[in-house]
Amino acid sequence: MSVILKTDKLRVEYRSRELGQAVKVALNGLDLEVSTGEVFGFLGPNGAGKTTTINCLLGFVQPTSGAASLFGIDVRQPIARQRIGYLPEMTYYYKFLTGEELLRFYASIFALTGAEADKRIDQTLKLVELDAARKRLIKTYSKGMQQRVGLAQALINNPDLLILDEPTSGLDPLGRMKVRDIIQRLKNEGKTVFFSSHELGEVETVCDRVAIIAEGSLKAAGRVQEIMRGHPTLEKAFLNIIGYQADKN
Amino acid sequence: MRNVLAIAKVVLLEMYRRKEFYVLFILTIVICLIMGSINIFNDNQIIRYLKDLCLLLIWVSSLIIAITMTARQIPAEREQRTLLPLLAKPLSRNQLIFGKFLGCWIVCGLALICFYAFFGALAASREHQWPLLHYLQAAFLHWMVLGVVVAMSLLGSLVFAAPSSNSTIIFAICAAIMCVGRYLDQIAAPMHEPARSIVYFIYYAIPHLEIPFGMRNLIVHDWPIIGWNFVFLDALYLLAYLVFFLIAAGLIFRRRAIN
Ligand SMILES: Nc1ncnc2c1ncn2[C@@H]1O[C@H](COP(=O)(O)OP(=O)(O)O)[C@@H](O)[C@H]1O
Ligand SMILES: [Mg+2]
Repeated sequence: MSVILKTDKLRVEYRSRELGQAVKVALNGLDLEVSTGEVFGFLGPNGAGKTTTINCLLGFVQPTSGAASLFGIDVRQPIARQRIGYLPEMTYYYKFLTGEELLRFYASIFALTGAEADKRIDQTLKLVELDAARKRLIKTYSKGMQQRVGLAQALINNPDLLILDEPTSGLDPLGRMKVRDIIQRLKNEGKTVFFSSHELGEVETVCDRVAIIAEGSLKAAGRVQEIMRGHPTLEKAFLNIIGYQADKN
Repeated sequence: MRNVLAIAKVVLLEMYRRKEFYVLFILTIVICLIMGSINIFNDNQIIRYLKDLCLLLIWVSSLIIAITMTARQIPAEREQRTLLPLLAKPLSRNQLIFGKFLGCWIVCGLALICFYAFFGALAASREHQWPLLHYLQAAFLHWMVLGVVVAMSLLGSLVFAAPSSNSTIIFAICAAIMCVGRYLDQIAAPMHEPARSIVYFIYYAIPHLEIPFGMRNLIVHDWPIIGWNFVFLDALYLLAYLVFFLIAAGLIFRRRAIN
């Protein structure tokens, strides 16, 4: 198994615009390694630095120090993003396009055109169960459908690595189950999935390995069973690791 | 280039499907039509005056279309967060900038074709002549000016936070250049230092958008067309500014954190 996603002592500081405000350290020397074929859960409470890590991996945010690579290519090069799919946290898509047009647009950026693109668009729309709504403008989609069209755009290039930022947040139980199903199916196809979450239940069911971060630092990483050792549930283990004592409150 | 065209195509689709874009367009045409029909005396002087007004109106509304359309592009992508999935694709930020530019510039070109065709038809119905080469020269340089304006608005949208303040500033700059740009050297001459040097510097640094703007006089007064070599020189001159603004936008956008 080879390493497909790697961060090396990643540090990100956000400078506040107001004068006199201290810099905010969002990530403090984060080391991560994800191998091919894994479903990797990236856990942490709100504000832990999950989105910041993902933003570094995609080249949206320049790390203050440290480095990140995908497929062994530094993330500063656009080509590193050729074989990934990415689902951002809470995104809206172009309202004035139909689901199908949106996917065709993204497909063309991956140099997918003609019959090849048609085939891929059909496949992904079927997978996310939006086939019936493909000719409708996205502004008429429900929230769950918007999230699924987001998943479809992440899958359009048949990526080897998927990076999903809280893919199930804000969805109803059925919507969550569908997303979980899709992750499971991708895993069976041999894809690598890296997703952030704070829904511990779903992490327990689909993940091979997890990393837990809090306040920008890695607190634990390993197989789900290893993390859970000595704790009745993953939730208890998680709370313990991030330093939250239930009986103190 | 494929990526650039894909982005440009989405800009075109958006402009085509958003309804508010047509309002200004139709308003301009309706006002021109009304002005065309009030000329009951067929007095040459009045015809000239009306032609001048129509062309002025076309200039103003084309500037408004170009500026408001472009100023919105990148802020909207940020606000709707569509920038994230887009830049997560193998697409460079320069390609995004250039694609947005191209899309907006093409929309401007299409709007100009409609405006000038309409103006030509209106004028022909009165004067029974089609000075096609005049229109071609005027529309071509008009389009080059809009290219500079689009590039400037794109740059502005990365510098200024709100699209509305950006639009206002760019429009004010354009209006100022077109009204006083050519007189700045005469204004500077009697001034004292250092104001004199500053005004001279501004005179030489700004893109002189008023030259194509002044070309509407050729149409209004039926003067002979100007030399094509001059037209191409001016187009090259405007192209230099256009490229400069685009490069500046690319450089600013390159290191900008997206979140
Ligand atoms: N653009 C920003 N400017 C300043 N601080 C930020 C910015 N983005 C995130 N932060 C801060 O960085 C920390 C990590 O945020 P984030 O990565 O979004 O956390 P998570 O995704 O795990 O909830 C938070 O404390 C947040 O307030
Ligand atoms: Mg987050």
